[in-house]
Amino acid sequence: MSVLYAEPTPLPEPKPSLVALLDPRSRVMGAVLFALAVVAAHGLAALGAALTVAVVLAFLARLAPVPTLKRLLALDGFMVVVLAMLPFTVPGSAMFDLFGLPASSEGARQAVAILLKANAVTLAMLALLGSMEVVALGHALGRLGVPERFVALFLFTTRYIAVLHQEYSRLRLAMRARAFRLHSSVHSWRAMGWLVGMLLVMSLERSERIHAAMRCRGFTGRFHLCDDSRAGWLDWGFGAAQAASLALMLVLDVS
Amino acid sequence: MAHIPDGILSAPVLAAGMAVSLGGIGLGLRRLAPEAVPKAAVLSAVFFVASLVHLPAGFSSVHLILNGLMGIVLGLAAYPAIVVALLLQAMLFGFGGLVVLGVNAMNMALPALAVGMVFRAVWRPGCQRRTALLGAAAGGLAVALTAIMVAASLGLSGREFLPATNLVLLSYVPVMVVEAVFTAAAIGLIARVKPELLS
Repeated sequence: MSVLYAEPTPLPEPKPSLVALLDPRSRVMGAVLFALAVVAAHGLAALGAALTVAVVLAFLARLAPVPTLKRLLALDGFMVVVLAMLPFTVPGSAMFDLFGLPASSEGARQAVAILLKANAVTLAMLALLGSMEVVALGHALGRLGVPERFVALFLFTTRYIAVLHQEYSRLRLAMRARAFRLHSSVHSWRAMGWLVGMLLVMSLERSERIHAAMRCRGFTGRFHLCDDSRAGWLDWGFGAAQAASLALMLVLDVS
Repeated sequence: MAHIPDGILSAPVLAAGMAVSLGGIGLGLRRLAPEAVPKAAVLSAVFFVASLVHLPAGFSSVHLILNGLMGIVLGLAAYPAIVVALLLQAMLFGFGGLVVLGVNAMNMALPALAVGMVFRAVWRPGCQRRTALLGAAAGGLAVALTAIMVAASLGLSGREFLPATNLVLLSYVPVMVVEAVFTAAAIGLIARVKPELLS
């Protein structure tokens, strides 16, 4: 899967973005603190400021605008149902009537707050974490004190997602060569069930080979994290900027 | 639609989800022998890949949740595996949120564990028809339980979400039907080809 492992490109590498220069650990901590602060905030002013911070982060990380917007829209599609009902279910002063149902401004305000929160967190997450290689995230989690076995599971999983996606594409190609097309039918669903069942059986056999190969190289279940990234001046600067922006949000929220 | 985004749920629901998920991860990891990590990882990678598949259902299409199948195949290790998958989906695709990760994991993993435990207790190798029926029940039931838990997390977060919970429950019905057929087929195949994966 190209999302997980970027293909090497012959083009000269562009200068890394400011976010890419940060230590992965500061990016993880930054994302978590930002999300916690946003979820805890109430005021629209504070949430607007949070969304601005997230947009700035997205620019600093040089996220591609079109795919990012598509992702945010997909997220909003999820919430439309829940949010569209809020003005009608939250009691308060009526803003307008729809088919005799009063829509309250309090409900609309809450819907806007939720929309701001969800988009701010998702955008910041895509900017700080989504632009990072997943292996770097795994190592950062490990060095932030997440249990070793969880990190090992995470790193192995990301590795095999790429491998198994290839395998899946191969099996789908074989099905297509036999004129299989996905329809809304029990036949299609069962065929896909067999496909995933087959994938599970094949991957179990693969995992036995992996295990044998790893044991042969002295694997005892420990996964060594051999990077020694250190927090530099950029990380302290980022931490300071992050602290300042969160403090600003807090002030806006209280006032 | 098993991914609730950040900003909707109330603090007590978020805290409960986080606490349950930390416990679930801890228990799952403790039961996972160090040598079994590659196996669990390969299986959880299969589920991540399979969850990217859209299946047409009626006039729309559904994303599979696959938590029933995960619970059956992975046992207790399904909890950390689901957390890994959710973490990746959140950071790569922006599905779900960060603070709400605990609740989302709980809503998918608790049904997975329950269904997996019951299946393993009831299933015997042999009769294919029985295996398929059990598989269908497991797949459908896991989705139904997830739907109820998602609706409950919304409903417990505020009275104003109660009307929306009915729509949420309704939206899971097609997923349930597709997933029951899908799981029956997958389990049927595994029972015939590699029954040791189920016991």
